Amino acid sequence: MDKMFYFLAFLAILSALMVVLVKNPIHSILYLLVTFTSITGHYILFNAQFLAAVNFIVYMGAIMVLFLFVIMFLNLNGETEPQKSTLVKFAGVISGGLLLLVMVASFKKAVTIPLNTEVDTQIGLIKNLGMVLFKDYALPFELASVLFLVAMIGAVMLAKKDWK
Amino acid sequence: MTIDIIFKLILIASIFGLSLVTAMYSTLAERKFAGFFQDRLGPDRAGPYGLFQPLADGLKLLTKEEIIPESANTFLFLAGPSLAMLTACMTSAVIPWGTYIEVDGHKLPLQVADINVGILFVFGVVSLGVYGVMIGGWASNNKFSLLGAIRGASQNISYEISMGLSIIALVMITGSLSMREITDQQSGFHGMNWYVIKQPLGFLIFLICSFAETNRTPFDLPECETELVGGYHTEYSSMKLGFYLFAEYINMFISSAVMATLYFGGYNFPFMHDLGLSQNVVAMLGVGALFIKILLFIFFFMWVRWTVPRFRYDQLMRLGWQVLIPLAILNIIITGGVVLFFQ
Repeated sequence: MDKMFYFLAFLAILSALMVVLVKNPIHSILYLLVTFTSITGHYILFNAQFLAAVNFIVYMGAIMVLFLFVIMFLNLNGETEPQKSTLVKFAGVISGGLLLLVMVASFKKAVTIPLNTEVDTQIGLIKNLGMVLFKDYALPFELASVLFLVAMIGAVMLAKKDWK
Repeated sequence: MTIDIIFKLILIASIFGLSLVTAMYSTLAERKFAGFFQDRLGPDRAGPYGLFQPLADGLKLLTKEEIIPESANTFLFLAGPSLAMLTACMTSAVIPWGTYIEVDGHKLPLQVADINVGILFVFGVVSLGVYGVMIGGWASNNKFSLLGAIRGASQNISYEISMGLSIIALVMITGSLSMREITDQQSGFHGMNWYVIKQPLGFLIFLICSFAETNRTPFDLPECETELVGGYHTEYSSMKLGFYLFAEYINMFISSAVMATLYFGGYNFPFMHDLGLSQNVVAMLGVGALFIKILLFIFFFMWVRWTVPRFRYDQLMRLGWQVLIPLAILNIIITGGVVLFFQ
């Protein structure tokens, strides 16, 4: 299990780095796909079967396909890539640096929690998850789903150009 | 413990072999049926009744010249067909092929992995299936291939939604996502308590969507030869093309198996508990029953292919978004009402 975790963690970090390091956007997306695959592996290690399956379907099966779809349509490559001005580059460096600062600050305060072996490992199974979501957290769950519905309707509204 | 592992290995090997053989002979059956529907003979030269035709086809594909276009992205060009083949073979892991057989008092279930999110696994692998088409089509660096790939992607995403919604209605009755549990629930009423009776509309939607997901006629627009030369596999030759074609037949076999399992009782067959036979014999008969159902579905796929003409692309999108999705939602509402009423 330990070796599996280190392998998956290594794969996730390596492919996440490759997402930003490779030049070709299609390759970036494929590396992102590898990242999601290893995260799905992590969920399976946690025995969170439902989360693994949903990550698989939603992120890898739908969202990444859409990303790939859009980038294939735009056919981005070295020649057509818009050249960014120096100002934009500076802004990028500064905001990225600020994010790094925040992350370093939060990691500096982090403490290692001793491993809690008393945790219920069956919580990630779909039956228990359903009980928790629909009994203990019914209202937040429903509110979140309404939020998604609103977002969906909004996307349709925006996509429909000749709206009367 | 060891007997379990050995049995699992044998099971995996035999399922793999069986799906390859079924896919191989589906190609022959397809051409034979096409011949029958069009009032001609079909292939009949290689062996008696043309039975060795798939072997001859395979040999031909293997020995043809391997061509990789100069402007193609070599790695992704090779990854495309491999991914198509991989995703086609993955689903068979969660399908229960039979009840269980007993060897030396060990109960050995005829299923590789009985995970309790079986349906979601099937659904996830199906949604990954599009990557083979997309990556192959893009890496070919050919406009027709790219168009085929994009068509494939948008078609798959559109039909996945209604497929998922039709499964939700089914899950509302079963109360379980495990393929084995769903199959066992259908064994009531002398093995005839099939979910197609309770979910006729859901089954119809699922059936239409599985045609779209396997890129079969009338939804084979990604490889529409009248507009796109060969669609996403225009640039492919030799066994790489063979993999794409083969993956389609494996997909057909697997989706037939999923439909038979979810809606037509899987390995249950009429009067399976009343025969008074030993468990092993009943299990084997069950496997036989499942395969008969699968073969009937494969025949149906072929029947439709040689009967119904291809959709236009806008018709395909309209059917998916404006007909199937509202119908699937209606199905969910009706199912929910009925489930509440009988509670």
